[in-house]
Amino acid sequence: MSTIAPERAVPTPRELTTEPRFSDKVFRAVVTVGGLSSLIILGLIALFLGYRGFEVLRQEGFKFLTSSDWSISTDDAGNVLESHFGLAAMLVGTILCSIVAVAIALPISVFSALFLNFYAPGWLKKILVTVIDMMAAFPSILFGIWGFLVLMPSVEYWAKLLHHYFGFLPFFKLEPYVVTRSPFVAGVVLAIMIIPIITSVSREIFSQAPLDRIQAAYALGATRWAMIKAVVIPHGKSGVIGGAMLGLGRAMGETVAVYTVLNIVFQVNWQMLLGAGGNVASLIILKFGEASPYEIKALMAAGLILFFLTLIVNALADVIVRATGRSGR
Amino acid sequence: MTTISAPAPTRPWKASPKDRLRDVALFLFAIVGTYVVVAVTPMKGKLAYFGLFFIFYMALTAGFQWFTRGSAAAKDAFVNSLVAIGAVVTVIPIASIIVTVVVKGSKGLHMGLLTTDMSMSAPTDPIASGGLLHAITGTLTLVVLALIMSIPIGILTALYLTEIRGSLTRPIQFLVQAMSGVPSIVAGLFILSAVLYPITKGYSGFMGALALTILMIPTVARTSQEVLKLIPNDLREAGVALGGTQWRTVAMIVLPAARSGLITAVILGIARIAGETAPILLLTGGGDRVNPNAFSGSIGSLPYYIWKSFNAGSPEAITRAWAGLLVLMVLVLILFSLARLLGTRKVAR
Amino acid sequence: MNDSHESEKENMETTTRPSSLADVANAKVQKAPGTRAMGTGLETRGIHAWFGKNHVLSDINLDFAAGTVTALIGPSGCGKSTFIRTINRMHEFIPGAAMAGEVLLDGRDVYAQGTDVTKIRLQIGMVFQKPNPFPSMTIGENVLSGLKLSQQKVSNKDELLEECLERAGLWNEVKDRLGAHGGSLSGGQQQRLCIARALAVRPQVLLMDEPCSALDPGSTLRIEETIRHLSDTMTIIIVTHNMQQAARVSDYTAFFLSDGGPGQMIEASPTSEIFSRPRDKRTENYVTGRFG
Repeated sequence: MSTIAPERAVPTPRELTTEPRFSDKVFRAVVTVGGLSSLIILGLIALFLGYRGFEVLRQEGFKFLTSSDWSISTDDAGNVLESHFGLAAMLVGTILCSIVAVAIALPISVFSALFLNFYAPGWLKKILVTVIDMMAAFPSILFGIWGFLVLMPSVEYWAKLLHHYFGFLPFFKLEPYVVTRSPFVAGVVLAIMIIPIITSVSREIFSQAPLDRIQAAYALGATRWAMIKAVVIPHGKSGVIGGAMLGLGRAMGETVAVYTVLNIVFQVNWQMLLGAGGNVASLIILKFGEASPYEIKALMAAGLILFFLTLIVNALADVIVRATGRSGR
Repeated sequence: MTTISAPAPTRPWKASPKDRLRDVALFLFAIVGTYVVVAVTPMKGKLAYFGLFFIFYMALTAGFQWFTRGSAAAKDAFVNSLVAIGAVVTVIPIASIIVTVVVKGSKGLHMGLLTTDMSMSAPTDPIASGGLLHAITGTLTLVVLALIMSIPIGILTALYLTEIRGSLTRPIQFLVQAMSGVPSIVAGLFILSAVLYPITKGYSGFMGALALTILMIPTVARTSQEVLKLIPNDLREAGVALGGTQWRTVAMIVLPAARSGLITAVILGIARIAGETAPILLLTGGGDRVNPNAFSGSIGSLPYYIWKSFNAGSPEAITRAWAGLLVLMVLVLILFSLARLLGTRKVAR
Repeated sequence: MNDSHESEKENMETTTRPSSLADVANAKVQKAPGTRAMGTGLETRGIHAWFGKNHVLSDINLDFAAGTVTALIGPSGCGKSTFIRTINRMHEFIPGAAMAGEVLLDGRDVYAQGTDVTKIRLQIGMVFQKPNPFPSMTIGENVLSGLKLSQQKVSNKDELLEECLERAGLWNEVKDRLGAHGGSLSGGQQQRLCIARALAVRPQVLLMDEPCSALDPGSTLRIEETIRHLSDTMTIIIVTHNMQQAARVSDYTAFFLSDGGPGQMIEASPTSEIFSRPRDKRTENYVTGRFG
């Protein structure tokens, strides 16, 4: 008792430093540069498109997004006399087509993902998963031409039916009766393109639904559907929304399929059955062929807008999918 | 060990013959009902048959369950039909695309298709003249160039995400995801503005390959990352514990272990870009003659050929477009099957 | 190997340690089986089970009288869990599963053609090894989830909620936060929530698959009390690795064993007997801790 306990010296922790060997330093440097490539490329895209489009963006200002006038007149020497560039019609078309696409694709994809996970027997599941993944690898020009030559005639028929029965709704209204090559048809083609994407994302998320909860639901006398509603849907909801956003991003940026199917007209058109519209990507292909250098700058500016639009949608998708991944664990 | 004569295993939860008979009966009733309604009402066409059949089937099965087992079972039966429709509607376009392309494309096949180019013929000429040689060699050139550039970058990105795991892992993961969402036309415009206008000032295969590289990197990086994640960590630790540097461990242990998976990643990347059209239209010029020089002069490719023929509009040209689509589709299918074949033994040692 | 560790834990909780498992079994109130009017109980006739070609369970014949607690004991992999999963037809969810034999609930075979399997599972409830409340639902919703899943309507939801939580021994702890999420409870509370959830659909039989193996000793005791209370009104079958627990809660005990082949039922007797004078040498070896 009399001895004073020696004050215990808390040792300072030793620093654990590993001096990597030279070869490892080189290795890490090379890999890091490679890893940064995505940052560099995305940065360069924004930089160059912004640089080329700057002049047009400054001249047009906010009108670039709000007006629908796309015209340029030059004198004989090729100097620009007057020009108006406005993306409004194309932006509306981009949004309209991609929303139609997601609205059609989302329920179908969710149903088929549920079918694959909880209904299909093993052999059928294997075949269908392969076929659907394969479809995701099909080039868009295939969808475009198939959509134009095979799908359009029958979609026209459905469009007429929609107009006939739901014509009182403003976006199904059809004033001049032109149904071919409408945003609705383009939306259907895009829907077929993005169904495989949304299906495989949803299938992945649904397959991670916790097995013990699934068993708990069945043990409480649930039917398969009651189980899905109580366990699988709450678990996978935000993941499916994230998948839908990925599909939306793909649909917004699609060029060839939309250009093939749509009748590109510079006029803001919210009536999805009317044969007029366009999207930003198809505008670029349409105007590129005979564009003057100044108009090319306008197309670069349009590309920049499209780039940011898809970037935002993809960022949202990423945030949503990741949020589910974390809460699921 | 006592041997007990066990009875035969049974699965009483599987549908009995009686259940199957009932299902078939309901199915037949639905077909009959569909025919009757299509016959007496103005609703006509394939879609009417399709839609009505599902409505009938859904109503019959749900109704049957309602009477025998109550509302929960009825809802379950209803959803059963609904998810089946989902799967059918997903598969129909694939079947339709494949059948259409094979049927229409086969009309455009002829002896000289793979040995001649279009330098002496126009898209509207009779089908037997001209061929795809320039387009196939062009696509091969573009793909090989894109491969040379995108494989190192894609795999390095995957290595950064799995082996280095620095502070930037999370942002780079996000950027790779964002890059996979870059519209192909934007990639084309970027190469146009950053390389073609200021530097080369002319169409060439290389320009197209640069744009395709941008599109291929995220596919290769993400698939490789998945594969590298599957390599067990003790393999890495074993390498380092044996005194190997990280560089040697990765190069001699990790990458060889992941080899077939990495090949899968590359093949999926090729499938992604082989049919890419929009940037090709902006950057390659789409020549009609075989161009062995990828760095100068316009070069043809399958998507460009299809596009050009399709827009020429005459029946011969459209048939050419279908034939081109058939060749392209077969190419993508072969690549995809290869990827599957290798992918099934991803981590085989 | 596991049991010695667990009995140590038990020791910390109980103040006086009974000299043997047989004393534990005798210490509780004995009750005569089948005296209450709650159906005639449950019988299994020649149950076999397979996973693919693998024969895992052979010829189990057991009677579970109404209002009794039966413990199934035995080493890991002897088919106890598989057996109780054949009773409420959860066995069939495993791909490649097959079975033979009959499970008679009030004299009717639950595997008979045309039986609605969801109705069977409402009559035979189940509590799992790991607590598994539905994460998206509140505590109250979790308790009533069985009704929602099977689309049953009840007029007095609040009464039912209180009654089930009361019987599961959880009411006092959660009555002020029924709107909180199930995940906010402790492991033991979650397990009692799962018991309350199983009770809400008023099953005749409750199957418990090692319900305490993921819980601390305190929570284990609470659940054992709950089981004793519940056995006044229902038939309970509990799988356990813990022989102390079997001795404390059960009226009857069945010993399962696999000798490398399919699991078999070696012996079934009143609990006090099986721990004091087992008839089979293998049972004796197991309950005295010589193996397993």
